[in-house]
Amino acid sequence: MNAIRINRGGFLKRVRSQKELVLLSVPFFIYFLIFSYAPLWGLTMAFQNYKPQLAFAEQQWVGLQHFKDLFSDEKFMRVLGNTIGMSLINLILSFVSAIAFALFLNELKSRRFKRFTQTISYMPHFLSWIIVCGLVANILSMDSGILNEILMKLGLIQDKVHFLGDPKYFWWIVGLSNVWKSMGWNSIIYLAAITSIDPALYDAASIDGCGRFKRMWHVTLPGIKSTIIILLIMNAGWILNAGFEVQYILGSSGLVLDVSETIDIFVLKSLGKAGGFSVGTAAGLFKTLVSVVILTMCNFIAGKLGEEKLI
Amino acid sequence: MRKPIGRMRKPIGTVIADCIIVFFMLIIIIVMIYPIWNTLAVSLNEARDSIKGSIYLFPREFSLFNYQSIFKTDKIFKALLVSVARTVITVFLNVFCSALLAYILSRKDFVFRKFLTTFMVLTMYLNAGLIPQFALYRNLGLYNNFLVYIVPSLVGAFNVIVIRTYINTLPVSLSESAKIDGASELKVFFRIVLPMCMPVLATVALWVAVGAWNDWFTSFIFAPKQELSTMQYEMMKILSSSMQSGVRQPDYLAGQSGALRSMVTPNSLRAAMTIVATLPILVVYPFLQKYFVTVNIGSVKE
Repeated sequence: MNAIRINRGGFLKRVRSQKELVLLSVPFFIYFLIFSYAPLWGLTMAFQNYKPQLAFAEQQWVGLQHFKDLFSDEKFMRVLGNTIGMSLINLILSFVSAIAFALFLNELKSRRFKRFTQTISYMPHFLSWIIVCGLVANILSMDSGILNEILMKLGLIQDKVHFLGDPKYFWWIVGLSNVWKSMGWNSIIYLAAITSIDPALYDAASIDGCGRFKRMWHVTLPGIKSTIIILLIMNAGWILNAGFEVQYILGSSGLVLDVSETIDIFVLKSLGKAGGFSVGTAAGLFKTLVSVVILTMCNFIAGKLGEEKLI
Repeated sequence: MRKPIGRMRKPIGTVIADCIIVFFMLIIIIVMIYPIWNTLAVSLNEARDSIKGSIYLFPREFSLFNYQSIFKTDKIFKALLVSVARTVITVFLNVFCSALLAYILSRKDFVFRKFLTTFMVLTMYLNAGLIPQFALYRNLGLYNNFLVYIVPSLVGAFNVIVIRTYINTLPVSLSESAKIDGASELKVFFRIVLPMCMPVLATVALWVAVGAWNDWFTSFIFAPKQELSTMQYEMMKILSSSMQSGVRQPDYLAGQSGALRSMVTPNSLRAAMTIVATLPILVVYPFLQKYFVTVNIGSVKE
């Protein structure tokens, strides 16, 4: 604020007196400019028939043609559907599991057992998707996979199921892998919110005759409601970010491409195609725009509902 | 908060509820650990025997052959070297640069504080997407260059915010008196701020290390040549070749003798490689857990 009010001479004087700080910050400014802002210029590719060998002035401009093509492309529409489908499954499964896990953790009496459970459940967060996919592939494999054997022993299936080769399981495998990897980690934020609930509320609920599960439902859950809503808003913006790594790796058998390809994979594949740069950029830009629009909308709704706004 | 009823005899409902909750938690612990345990068992089992299945907790025909065949080619050692090099270099440079920028932005009197902070925070939300990024890296000569592992991850906006929040909690009197004694900004940073920030720097260093170690995407897109391959990327290659249906011979051992190749299966190789890639994290995790999990939710907000 001060910087605005004082006169120009004062400003220059301040710059001069902080010469060292200013000099030190210049490289960072340039760094962000190059690595975060310069690529934005590349978004112009979405409106051109971009050819790498031509200079910018020589590129042919096509307006919104690539966007029109995308939406009349059956393949892109399928990819869009996959993305939204897997996102919704991920969103619901990961929210419900993390919240339920946090609620149950909070009810554990033994501090040591609680600490142990937390330690174990946070661990998968630090494994890469590659490793998680390796584990999933091992568990679900046809010839030595443990899940097939357990289901056979229980008599639930007659023949071994090729889980990773059958389109109807794919979305759920992705969703459950997500739960495995991130449930513990996601629960941290809810646990933090639970600690700020007034203990007197629990006592009051006990006196009114609430049991454990009723207290979880009527005290803890409402107590973390605003945290849940904020996180929902933050995540709703990522509806077209179904991820990419799991789908790419688990889908690499090629048997389930119809259900496994997401927008990110679509963009990735367009990198390798002749003239694919423009189409890929257009798809990426569409994704970003949708995120921004949804985020703004959810933020507005949250404000209307009387919740704390995110932005 | 439940003390008053603690000494009295517990109502039966509470005991049942406790049991249900503990049981539920035990299942979760098993679900978290078992996939890794089972993969370990498969990786230590003789490959052709594994096809018969029924390996639950322990290997049936113990064999280290799967591991030997991974380490038979020198690919994996090179990949390990690249992985370690990129992780170590990135950790040091990223932590140092982020801390320096955090110090600059923590100076309340700095003229460009507001501007530079906004400029940096925006980078967390601006995302041009993969293709413009690819075009940029190619123009900068980073494509198939070791530097692509280092340069784009020199500073992380989120890390800067976390460190700056920590610096703001430190007493200013020390750095102020040093400045009165005529110390330069850099001297104050190195001698006073950096040593005091060690706890938060350790946390950030771990985040960066895990991220760099786990990353395979950079190799996949920006550095696909074999000399620059990392552990995770090698793992990814083995994984996707094992997923191809009908392929019975692991590509990974291309060029090795037929006898050797017939003794491993894609599944066993995959299991062994998964364990090799997981081990560093699993070994480090229990000791450093408290640093890993220091997530200060409030730190994002100013």
